[in-house]
Amino acid sequence: MSSESRSKDSGLSRRHFLTGATAATAAVGAAAAAIPFVASFKPSARAQALGAPVEVDISSLEPGSLIKVEWRGRAIYVLNRSMTMIERLMGADYDLRDPDSADSEQPGFAVNLYRSLRPELLVVEGVCTHLGCAPVERFEVAPADLGPDWTGGFFCPCHGSMFDLSGRVFAGVPAPKNLPVPPYSFVNENTLLIGAEAGSA
Amino acid sequence: MATRQSEVVERVGRNFNALTDWIDARFPMTKLIKEHATEYYASKNFNVWYGFGVLATVVLVMQIVTGIFLTMNYKPASADAFASVEYIMRDVEWGWLIRYLHSTGASAFFIVVYLHMFRGLLYGSYKKPRELVWLIGMVIYLCLMGEAFFGYLLPWGNMSYWGAQVIVSLFGAVPVIGEGIAEWLRGDFYISDITLNRFFAFHVIAVPLMLVLLVAVHIMALHEVGSNNPDGIEIKEHKDANGKPIDGVAFHPYHTSKDLVIILVFFIIFAAVVFFAPEMGGYFLEHANFEPANSLVTPEHIAPVWYFTPFYSILKAVPDKLLGVVLMGSSVMLPVFLPWLDRCRVKSIRYRSGVYKFALFAFAVSFIVLGYIGLQPPTPEYTLMARLFASVYFAFFLLMPFYTANEKTKPVPTRVTK
Repeated sequence: MSSESRSKDSGLSRRHFLTGATAATAAVGAAAAAIPFVASFKPSARAQALGAPVEVDISSLEPGSLIKVEWRGRAIYVLNRSMTMIERLMGADYDLRDPDSADSEQPGFAVNLYRSLRPELLVVEGVCTHLGCAPVERFEVAPADLGPDWTGGFFCPCHGSMFDLSGRVFAGVPAPKNLPVPPYSFVNENTLLIGAEAGSA
Repeated sequence: MATRQSEVVERVGRNFNALTDWIDARFPMTKLIKEHATEYYASKNFNVWYGFGVLATVVLVMQIVTGIFLTMNYKPASADAFASVEYIMRDVEWGWLIRYLHSTGASAFFIVVYLHMFRGLLYGSYKKPRELVWLIGMVIYLCLMGEAFFGYLLPWGNMSYWGAQVIVSLFGAVPVIGEGIAEWLRGDFYISDITLNRFFAFHVIAVPLMLVLLVAVHIMALHEVGSNNPDGIEIKEHKDANGKPIDGVAFHPYHTSKDLVIILVFFIIFAAVVFFAPEMGGYFLEHANFEPANSLVTPEHIAPVWYFTPFYSILKAVPDKLLGVVLMGSSVMLPVFLPWLDRCRVKSIRYRSGVYKFALFAFAVSFIVLGYIGLQPPTPEYTLMARLFASVYFAFFLLMPFYTANEKTKPVPTRVTK
């Protein structure tokens, strides 16, 4: 009697084990089968190739003017800051969330007051760090809608985030970080290469 | 002659019965019709609030039919999409009507679904034993939000483009892996042709399939437990000698004939909008979407279509990206927990306390005000108002276990009233 029930028990546990093993194998198989489908969602080879660096001629960029260049579908703002703009930056006394760019995205060379390689030339992504809208250039001083303390910079029309002339974000607005600086370098005096740092491409 | 006629009628009837028997021996046709229509008993005191479930189903069918016809001429590629929609509007015969039915249908869907959900709040339809009906309904609502979002990119207007940009960027708020997720969703470094193509696939295949399946499951769960009613009492507790609820009437023909009137009235209003105000002054079809997508120029003022703005206001009101996304997500998800947040045993608002009536009223007001603010450009006044009403919105749910714990309720009748 007892031996019979034991053999029944062991038969049952054997069956449980086999069921568990089959289920586990099937689960691993299903996970493996999911890999190609999940991976097919990643940027394709063509999308990656189209994300290659772009060259920009800056010889005719006047002080105080801005051009927008497309790289990876994003607007890259290239601003040739005038002397007055640089003076305004140096005399900045507004509240910034990340004044030293400690928490923001930029290549190592851009961790400075100008957030750039050359003090006068600002290269930033025109993509608000809040939700990706394009900030608008507002270089006038103290316009009616932005208040008397505004000394020029970028204003995001979507949710009111504000950035200064170095693309640094003001405190108390939704955007968490300064405007990202893309990797870039100079091919020569008048040619900017967006998408690659010196020595990497 | 008269006898000949009645003979024919009789023979046709016999043949019909024979066909029914033949099918029933192979598929439970009569059984299903009885279970879900002619012998499904629902309370006789339904009011107009009980029409929105049926309306939601009608709108779903309309969206599927008009959607199928739109795909016949639409091209899901960034170079062609905008032009193909204009082609549908100008050159395809009746194309404008089919598209306006579909675009107005999207807004109508949300109006109907929000009223359907509010009915649940009024009469406690989410409470035991209908928790699963409510949960499945919430999953349907989330799918519907996805469906609307994917569909909104397809016309490839500038608002489509930047709306998708903003929503996909929400995933970028997740620490460390966020950017990777956003890139994976887009399939590119920005919202591109690749993104448009996959959103099309989601909009016309993946999500509609899930919606249809979920609606079937929603109705099956409902018919298992039985419909609630404006008195919030269980009609199954009082049955006649045949085991039929005394206060119930068969769904077909009694409720279906009532529903037909509701459907008719709905379509009168709906047609008026389609023919006279399909853009609804920029609320159903936004002005910025009459320009093709441009990755370098953001529209002056980005706002989602009205049905997302209550949640969008909450996102805008929070001065921190991650926290904003978390709070917005929570505001969408909180209704899921209603069956367990509400501790009052009385279901219907008719017999609940003034405290609950006030809370529900404050919630409805906050939802509408947040929706309005979400459509406005960001100003400090609106931000302050959004913060205030977002607090009311969250308080309704989070304080619910406290203000419903010992509610002073009125006596609940045992049988349904009017």
